[in-house]
Amino acid sequence: MPLDQSFIGRTYPPTPPYEVGREKIREFAEAIGDPNPVYRSQAAAQELGYEDVIAPPTFAIILTLKAGHQVVLDPELGVDYARVVHGEQRFVHVRPIRAGDLLQVVVTVADIRAAAGNDLVSTRSEVSTVAGEPVTTAYSTIVVRGAAA
Amino acid sequence: MTTVGDIEVGQSLPAQEFPIVRADLVRYAGASGDFNPIHWNERFATAVGLPDVIAHGMYTMAVAIRVVTDWTGDPGSVVEYGVRFTRPVVVPDPDGAVLRVTGTVREIRADGDVAVDLVATVNGETVLAKARAVVRPR
Repeated sequence: MPLDQSFIGRTYPPTPPYEVGREKIREFAEAIGDPNPVYRSQAAAQELGYEDVIAPPTFAIILTLKAGHQVVLDPELGVDYARVVHGEQRFVHVRPIRAGDLLQVVVTVADIRAAAGNDLVSTRSEVSTVAGEPVTTAYSTIVVRGAAA
Repeated sequence: MTTVGDIEVGQSLPAQEFPIVRADLVRYAGASGDFNPIHWNERFATAVGLPDVIAHGMYTMAVAIRVVTDWTGDPGSVVEYGVRFTRPVVVPDPDGAVLRVTGTVREIRADGDVAVDLVATVNGETVLAKARAVVRPR
């Protein structure tokens, strides 16, 4: 049965605040194999004009993946999580995430549609500081593979 | 730092090759919080119809942008980055896979923003489509 399209436009409550730590940025940079010093050294970051170490361009996925679970694991929507694969991802950054940021995410269901026997669920995640400063918008589409596929 | 004056439409960014082995996926799972077993457990991956363990799409995405961030020197200059995941990156143990990434300057906008197209392949097959970044020189 196709997913309920009346979920389009639904917005979930802000996630609990996430404090961006220097060591978490370093850990993420190590995990993606990126030796850039701007992820590790405050001095290197300041040379580029940042007040503290900045996070790699896809770091926000740590927050938005978890925030998106509000949708994917919403029992009312009824996505079969075992059949989920990632279809598309896009980030639009207002500024780089940096150490010390206290961030929250507000997720909205942007679209739900069926295509080629699969269900596609698109979300828009607004990442901001808890003070309300916009930082990043993440657009994600997941594919729920059809049972016959 | 590459300045706008050095950049031309059609210019190629230095291509890079990134080997990916199982341990990389385990480490990325830990750092990102994405512990889906298709990214580390061969038994689980094959049980759900995959040929073998596959890389997190987000891992491939994170690695591919290196071609842009190494080129600009300032990762904070990436103001937009998007991809479509077209084909899973299969990572057999112990040999792994090699991700090859090339980039081309598609457009220099009136405001100075630089749009870059990326091509990411494994064994000559495209694994990311519509892979595009926008760089704002600072």
